[in-house]
Amino acid sequence: MAVQPAVHELSGAEMVIRALVDQGVDVVFGYPGGAVLPIYDALFKQNRLRHILVRHEQGAVHAAEGYARSSGKVGVVLVTSGPGATNAVTGLTDALMDSVPLVCLTGQVPTHLIGNDAFQEADTTGITRPCTKHNYLVKDVNDLARVMHEAFMIARTGRPGPVVVDLPKDVLFATGLYVPPETTPTRKSYRPQVKPETARITAAAQLIMAAKKPLFYGGGGLINSGPRACALFTEFAHLTGFPVTLTLMGLGAFPASDKQYLGLVGMHGTFESNNAMHDCDLMINIGARFDDRVTGKVAAFAPHSRKIHVDIDPSSINKNVRVDLAVVGDCAEVLAALIAELKARKYAADPARITPWWHQIETWRKRDCLRYAKSGTIIKPQYAIERLYALTRDRDVFVTTEVGQHQMWAAQLFKFDQPFHWMTSGGLGTMGYGLPAAIGVQLAHPDALVVDIAGEASILMNIQEMSTVCQYRLPVKVFILNNQYMGMVRQWQELMHGGRYSESYTAALPDFVKLAEAFGAVGLRAEKPGDLDRVIQEMIAVDRPVIVDVQVDPKENCFPMIPSGAAHNEMLLGPEDKQASGPVSEEGMVLV
Amino acid sequence: MATPEATEKHTMAVLVDNEPGVLARVIGLFSGRGYNIESLTVAETDPKNKLSRITIVTSGTPMIIEQIKAQLNRIVPVHGVHDLSEEGPFVERELALIKVTGGVESRAETLRLADIFHARVVDTTPESYVFEMTGSTDKLDAFINLMEPLGVVDISRTGVAAISRGAGKF
Repeated sequence: MAVQPAVHELSGAEMVIRALVDQGVDVVFGYPGGAVLPIYDALFKQNRLRHILVRHEQGAVHAAEGYARSSGKVGVVLVTSGPGATNAVTGLTDALMDSVPLVCLTGQVPTHLIGNDAFQEADTTGITRPCTKHNYLVKDVNDLARVMHEAFMIARTGRPGPVVVDLPKDVLFATGLYVPPETTPTRKSYRPQVKPETARITAAAQLIMAAKKPLFYGGGGLINSGPRACALFTEFAHLTGFPVTLTLMGLGAFPASDKQYLGLVGMHGTFESNNAMHDCDLMINIGARFDDRVTGKVAAFAPHSRKIHVDIDPSSINKNVRVDLAVVGDCAEVLAALIAELKARKYAADPARITPWWHQIETWRKRDCLRYAKSGTIIKPQYAIERLYALTRDRDVFVTTEVGQHQMWAAQLFKFDQPFHWMTSGGLGTMGYGLPAAIGVQLAHPDALVVDIAGEASILMNIQEMSTVCQYRLPVKVFILNNQYMGMVRQWQELMHGGRYSESYTAALPDFVKLAEAFGAVGLRAEKPGDLDRVIQEMIAVDRPVIVDVQVDPKENCFPMIPSGAAHNEMLLGPEDKQASGPVSEEGMVLV
Repeated sequence: MATPEATEKHTMAVLVDNEPGVLARVIGLFSGRGYNIESLTVAETDPKNKLSRITIVTSGTPMIIEQIKAQLNRIVPVHGVHDLSEEGPFVERELALIKVTGGVESRAETLRLADIFHARVVDTTPESYVFEMTGSTDKLDAFINLMEPLGVVDISRTGVAAISRGAGKF
């Protein structure tokens, strides 16, 4: 009888699989190639991990992002060396900007060939250093299990982010000792601060109790912290009675149907949110990062306010905007401590103190800033989103988007009452995010309705993933607001570049209905407002992937809008506002 | 326009795991975010725990300096960042090797200046001297400026190493 190898003596490739299973992974998004063949061989011999074969590595990363953001788990990507790794870079950068926990395994040429410009060699750790939270090159199979477990720990804890593990082919073939996650030592240099300092909670409570014009400004940190943080945020808002605004990444962290909710904040945020931001005397930022899309002109940003900033990442504090009180810690921990502190002080919402503020907010609300000119002959993109929302609101619906006007209209008009249901590329603004992200969402929620609200330009950036959608029979719905332009580019050219529509018109678009059919999906088209409801209902009813080509008004612009370089109280409310506001300042022109 | 905040020079000690790529992470952070590096030195200082100490001299507005420290702390293999300029008195030293090839007529003057600055001769030929000098960056600059007309042909400097005064760590 042959001698049995020691129980934990595994090949590198087997260790990778074992570590993924031990980390609770059930889906891996990937694409095979020479350097990762040993892992694919090990995948073939097991049935605990499901592998989803994408059509482009960028799609794998976005799919893992969709999976992670809709489930709260770590998304996993597996790609080969060289082009496999470089194709993943956009997705990794996207995940870094939006703090999405990912582990991306990249193949690498064997260690003895590293540095030789070998076939499909790239300096993956060098290339991905600035676009990951951390990365590793594993040169010894006996380090592999520890590195895998550490990668998951780093991806998911603190401010989450993508972690790359680069795996040379000889390491995958070598055998060594596997260590399970529980015996992996924690890294001494990595200790995110989760619990807030008590003194800062006390100071925050004092500011909150004295505020006359307070405003909550919630961000993606609430979503990353999890459902508990979102529930505590809602509880805290109700306890205080203060108005709430959310960033693009924070949508769903507070119920959009709640009367304390003012809507999206920032460049295309609501009139009431942005004016409240400008006029507030106390801004309570929970898990947002004062992104330039939110602040506009920093020198004119909320000039009369004291600012509290709660963030798990100390480098987010005082980066763009100076704050009066920084509270470093996990949103859920901070909110729990704040609620306890206010309750201990027998805090009761004092209507008299903030009622005048609410009266002011109501006057802003009355402007009805998301209003648009309705039409009986042409589909307004806003109308399409409104109908989509109205006809899907009773279902468990998850929305992903691409990037551009359609994304902003979706953020303004689709109402989210729960976290984890809205997946969009906020920080990096990656066109082509939505379709692969929808794949990841659908895999995490097989029975849910998953809709990618898309533009016709963005969708073409990763259209190849329709092939993935069809292979796995994922009933993903692609809802294209087709205006034949890169709408946001066209809008900026109209408002800032004298209407010179340089290269923003797509002259040879495919027939999206036939394209859907070519992939094996269902293609539908809406040309007139009267078509919309029928088409949306058919889209929902079909238990297959669907592309809907909604032919919308090509000239519609996304309002309200804070022109670049302007302050929050200098919003454009609609086309009629354009002349009144004068041209964009030179300083504003150079901003993105 | 508000008047821009004045820039300050800060010397920082950064304790890192001595592992491949760690220096690239630090340098990449500075170039990627547009921070200044005036000087940077690195060597393993705690072989038992495999720790290296990076001394960085940088400059920026107080807000930028705060960002630099927070961003450095965010790098996974970084154990700690100590702003020596802020944490109290500290000493800093730099070492330079300066090669001077003057004519015969200036050799005596070269040696006399070196003596005033306590620079040591570590190599000599009939045509040249190599001086070793340790001191603050300013002192090295002053010596090099004086030597320049006497025929400096090459300079090698280590960059600043720094440590706090007193019994405290860092």
